[in-house]
Amino acid sequence: MSCTTIEVSDLRFTYPGSHHHVLDGLSASIAEGERVALLGPNGSGKTTFVLHLNGLLTLQFGSIRIGDLEMGEENLPEIRRRVGAVFQDADDQLFMQSVREDVAFGPANLGVPRAELDAVVERALGQVGAEALIDRTPHHLSGGEKRRVAIATVLAMDPHALVLDEPTSGLDPVGRRELAELLAGLPQTQLVVTHDLPFALQTCPRSMIVSGGRVVADGSTREILSNAELLAANRLELPYGFDVSSL
Amino acid sequence: MAGGHVEGRVGGVGHLVVHGHSPVHRLAPEAKVVATFAFVICVALTPREQIWAFGVHAAVAISIVALAGVPTRVLLARLAVIIPFLTFAVLVPFVAGGEEVDVLGVGLSRDGLWGAWNVAAKASIGATASIILSATTSVPEILKALTRLRVPRVLVSIMSFMMRYLDLLVDQLGRMRTSMTARCHDPRWLWQAKPIASSAGALFVRSYERGERVHQAMLSRGFSGTMPDTEERATPGADWARAALPPVVALAALLSAVVL
Ligand SMILES: Nc1ncnc2c1ncn2[C@@H]1O[C@H](COP(=O)(O)OP(=O)(O)O)[C@@H](O)[C@H]1O
Ligand SMILES: [Mg+2]
Repeated sequence: MSCTTIEVSDLRFTYPGSHHHVLDGLSASIAEGERVALLGPNGSGKTTFVLHLNGLLTLQFGSIRIGDLEMGEENLPEIRRRVGAVFQDADDQLFMQSVREDVAFGPANLGVPRAELDAVVERALGQVGAEALIDRTPHHLSGGEKRRVAIATVLAMDPHALVLDEPTSGLDPVGRRELAELLAGLPQTQLVVTHDLPFALQTCPRSMIVSGGRVVADGSTREILSNAELLAANRLELPYGFDVSSL
Repeated sequence: MAGGHVEGRVGGVGHLVVHGHSPVHRLAPEAKVVATFAFVICVALTPREQIWAFGVHAAVAISIVALAGVPTRVLLARLAVIIPFLTFAVLVPFVAGGEEVDVLGVGLSRDGLWGAWNVAAKASIGATASIILSATTSVPEILKALTRLRVPRVLVSIMSFMMRYLDLLVDQLGRMRTSMTARCHDPRWLWQAKPIASSAGALFVRSYERGERVHQAMLSRGFSGTMPDTEERATPGADWARAALPPVVALAALLSAVVL
């Protein structure tokens, strides 16, 4: 079964007041259950693309399909439920006064009855191993804990796909490893936006490189990371001493 | 793991709450909001000539401050917000016209003196009541209470966004202060605050952008303009009864003041 969950075709986008095409003919197709890394240097348009997948920026040119739904005003609520976006700065995503309320925010907006909310919240926190944080204040959590809770806030909406924008930013090595393990255990289709190449290798069999607002390479992560010329041409670099072939 | 400060100071307006477990803290927020409102109305309606009635109001307010365990230091610091009103009140007897009375050799307007007393008494008692509310009830609790009290959702949403941005602004200010202090600038006093003032623009832009990102994160989780009320809890009748006590005493004082 190769049911496409995310199908993006010829996306073009310019921020108001600028002539720079941040997205310039971006096309991509991600099948159900796939884990794909989206690699690219700073400013290559990755975050702009993530915002498009949640209908947070208005489509200017091109098309986006999520399963059988075309991106558009009438499908927004369902698209936002299907595609769970985890943003780069967890502080933007955690805005309530307790972890419980934050995780309940999405499902409550979806109309989950109050009597069932607690169970939904506990299940989502359980999936990320953060049950113990339920009554804590989000501002006071560590970087790794915030990331887990941020992921739980979208898991609570029962999404088909997860889109994570630079999920390793601000995490220590242990936090990074735990996050990789957590993602590996989740059944959803995943698009991991990152410039952390070892993390991409660890979590995603397939990678795409975005540069200048379009996909310039698409293939197995191992092959892409072994192509030193391709990486260099796109301002991507493996950490010092890292050897792909040794893994 | 996160540090041990589970409660206490959060960045932003969260810091108004003085953490505690007093009966005042535990009272249902909607009961506190209504009681505070009713109490302030009673104080505002009390005729200025009935000085003893203000004594009753003040006694009520002070007992609740004590019951809530709000430190006097905190109360006085927050009462500072009414200083502009008091300054204005002090000027009134000098400038108002009408019959004059002699105070320490200075001729002051009798009406002006009453006016000053009126403003000072009502402002300080009213402010104390709101300080008690904000010191024992967090902002989200107050907003949820307003929703439950059937205050139109649009108003509650606007207020929650104002609080949100204010919160972010205070938070950003804190971070900028930290980074300036780290560079050996000590902006403890107003007249040293020039670098802060000059970066206010940057602060505003950063807060605005952050606010936008928070808003986007809310939209992506199905936010459609109103905060969901995620708690299933009816206001306990006992809370209404307890919260009614202070405004009832104030009302009794008001009624006797008007009738007598
Ligand atoms: N809100 C915005 N307004 C104007 N330009 C923006 C905005 N957000 C991003 N950009 C510009 O768009 C380009 C791509 O940004 P972004 O999508 O954030 O890239 P990435 O996430 O890959 O680092 C950058 O040149 C950035 O300056
Ligand atoms: Mg980005």
